[in-house]
Amino acid sequence: MEGINPLVIFFASIFTSNMILANFLGMCSFIAVSKETKTSLGLGQAVTFVLTGTTILNYFIYHYLLVPFGLEYLRFIVFIITIAAFVQLVEMIVERYLPTLYYSLGIFLPLITVNCAILGVAIFMVIRDYNLLQSIAFGIGSGIGWMLAIVAMAGIRQKIKRAPIPKGLEGAGITLIITGMMALAFIGFSGIVNIQ
Amino acid sequence: MFKQIKKIFAAGIVHDNPIFRQILGICSALAVTNLMMNSLVMGLGVIFVTSFSSLTVSFLRKSTPKHIRMMVQTLIISAYVIIVDIVLKAYFPSMSEALGPYVGLIITNCIIMGRCESFAQNNTPFLSFIDGIASGMGYTLVLLIIAFFREILGFGSVFGITIMGNWWPKWISMIMPPGGFFMLALLIWAANTYLVSQQDKQVSKQDKPVSLAGGGN
Repeated sequence: MEGINPLVIFFASIFTSNMILANFLGMCSFIAVSKETKTSLGLGQAVTFVLTGTTILNYFIYHYLLVPFGLEYLRFIVFIITIAAFVQLVEMIVERYLPTLYYSLGIFLPLITVNCAILGVAIFMVIRDYNLLQSIAFGIGSGIGWMLAIVAMAGIRQKIKRAPIPKGLEGAGITLIITGMMALAFIGFSGIVNIQ
Repeated sequence: MFKQIKKIFAAGIVHDNPIFRQILGICSALAVTNLMMNSLVMGLGVIFVTSFSSLTVSFLRKSTPKHIRMMVQTLIISAYVIIVDIVLKAYFPSMSEALGPYVGLIITNCIIMGRCESFAQNNTPFLSFIDGIASGMGYTLVLLIIAFFREILGFGSVFGITIMGNWWPKWISMIMPPGGFFMLALLIWAANTYLVSQQDKQVSKQDKPVSLAGGGN
């Protein structure tokens, strides 16, 4: 994967290999928190920030700590610890210096630890053998792509609040159907750039 | 004892099915279900991880400090996931390739953490083990159902064996991501409608309100 321009990876991870619509990652919080545009925007920003930070951290840890010692098989455990520690650290810093942001994000910050998009990006980065610049572009792009999808979904869900939806389809069911339609629409982008 | 085990299985597979009742762990349920073989292997992996991590968490439940129990659970789960990953890489390299990052993502599958937190924390090791198997089986069953429809519509085959002949127009969109979303939504719809109608029957029989959990969120 030496040849791919980081910029291509950046746009591809937003549109064609979107974390939610193409890779199904981070679905739990996507479905649970996409009820209002404002909260989903906050969560999206937090995810983007944590995703970028942990991708860079995990890149260095993997290539400068695990590979030299031949401990690649421990990567899952190490990645999840890095992510949990990073989230905890961000939480403490935000609480100390930006209390208003802390209260508006409050519940969402710790939730990010178990957002599989974060771990997913770290594992994809290893599997696809990205270099540092490519990993950073992939991390930022995936975060923005995730935010784009959740904000769009929150907007649609606000619009259909009063729509007559069959009883069994309310909540998660209709959200999944709309996500499916969004995924269909995003396939239209696949002519532009493609990484796989 | 036997009755209790039966109850745990009924809860894990139908009444509290992790996927269509609790909407947990659907990332992997969508990602690996374009082929039945992938779903089966993924399901077996999840059964293994859920049952053994529930067992371990239950064994350690009295000696785990309360405030770091999440961290301990995550570590236990990751250890078992690493075992699954290594075994797949060693004996089924093509399957490991096909599942890609989703084996590692079993760690963040909320089903396992959920079972550890809600069941294994307060029950004996044996029951926790059974409970882990039951939830894992509920998950696997749903995966296989989704995969069956996606594979037969998308490729015209089941477990890689062609069933529909050349006349079958392959529904490419079923194999692609949208197919997964639509299939899961339809399954949730069917399950909710069926379970809600059953609950209504129970309500009229017992004449007392039972809380409905239609759709989760």
